[in-house]
Amino acid sequence: MKKSLVSITDFTKEEMLRIMDFAAEFEADPCQRILLGKVIATLFFEPSTRTRLSFESAINRLGGRVIGFSDTNNTSVTKGETFHDTITTIANYSDMIVMRHSLEGAARYASEIAKVPVVNAGDGANQHPSQTLLDMYSIKKTQGTLDGINIMMVGDLKYGRTVHSLLQAMSHFKTTFTFVAPPELRMPDEYKQQLYDLGIPYTETTDIGEHINEADIVYMTRVQRERFLDLMEYEKVKNAYILKNAMLADTKPNMRILHPLPRVNEIDTDVDDNPKAYYFNQTENGVYVRMAIISYLLGVKK
Amino acid sequence: MDTKKQMNVRAIENGTVIDHIPADCLFKIINILDLEKETGQVTFGTNFESKRMGKKAIIKIADRYCADEEVNRISIVAPMACVNTIRNYQVVEKRTVKAPEEVEGFVKCGNPRCITNHERIRTRFEVQRQGNAITGLRCHFCEKVTTPENIVIVK
Ligand SMILES: [Zn+2]
Repeated sequence: MKKSLVSITDFTKEEMLRIMDFAAEFEADPCQRILLGKVIATLFFEPSTRTRLSFESAINRLGGRVIGFSDTNNTSVTKGETFHDTITTIANYSDMIVMRHSLEGAARYASEIAKVPVVNAGDGANQHPSQTLLDMYSIKKTQGTLDGINIMMVGDLKYGRTVHSLLQAMSHFKTTFTFVAPPELRMPDEYKQQLYDLGIPYTETTDIGEHINEADIVYMTRVQRERFLDLMEYEKVKNAYILKNAMLADTKPNMRILHPLPRVNEIDTDVDDNPKAYYFNQTENGVYVRMAIISYLLGVKK
Repeated sequence: MDTKKQMNVRAIENGTVIDHIPADCLFKIINILDLEKETGQVTFGTNFESKRMGKKAIIKIADRYCADEEVNRISIVAPMACVNTIRNYQVVEKRTVKAPEEVEGFVKCGNPRCITNHERIRTRFEVQRQGNAITGLRCHFCEKVTTPENIVIVK
């Protein structure tokens, strides 16, 4: 049975924990050439250098080979080939497809027509599950556990896909949440309803400083100008969601700051040297987590 | 005017009468059943008073009988609808519509960034409901919810 990873909800709690264990093993011993002889296609219908290189690094470390494209220029896609035909063809050339696409649902559709497993490396504003798993790995690594963590999410909680997926994934682990966002970009009701149904407590505020000293994890996202209908509103709030070093003085010693990157200005550079800044370490974790995802889906890691 | 009397005036000999349609969904049902292409007699009216639903619409289609699959489609916008089969002026069958767990192939995803709006893909939705009321259709592909008022029927 082939298994794909399109949405974070495709994985059970047990599978997430399995990925965490595998990633830790790869971190301890990154030279496990268990993908020797395998060919993995990385199809970036929409460019994303950071994500593509992270996946390709993971594949290379495991001894696999990579085919694919980093954008659709000079491919048959620009000649008008349908997405269906591109996926069907490349599934015949490879043992797995890692893909990114600007249209939402593209990866789910690909997973249903390809005869090989598909890993979603981002489909528009919808899902990016390897990001969620690497966020979880970063939480586990810095906190020693995934259970009972207090996560403060800051910024664009309405459109930010990473916060929605992380919320769904961490709901398995008795997490408590604080949502900090301008009124226009509040956490959507459907996610709050999910938490309510699961009996998971959350707090909402517009003030970044109000609960920061209770947080184990501060998860920052970018407040984008184009999300505002009223630019006056944007001007009013744009500086209210910037994390500065001075705000960290009384935070918990175990607190760590995460960010899916790239950052623009939502974390002041004066935070970078604070030991609580963890966002650059996250990117390294991403390689181990992607090694874990690929080897789990291909069934090559015992 | 008395609603019952009006209905009697318009009684059909053979065909289908769809009753208890929400008043504002009449044209969606006409669309779902493709009634603009119907060659036989079609009569419809809306804003009739209804004890059960306040205001309702009714459609009568002469000499046409609805398959279960069509009845099923109606439920997406008119979950309270009642589909009566008429033969020789008599109601010979009364079907209440039941919302399916999933709908496939006739509703457009409301998300313009959804792959189904860019490639020829049969749409698929999980039906979300609260009690009997449909609260939304969750796209199997893009995972976005299309709310009942935004439902567009694909032809
Ligand atoms: Zn969709």
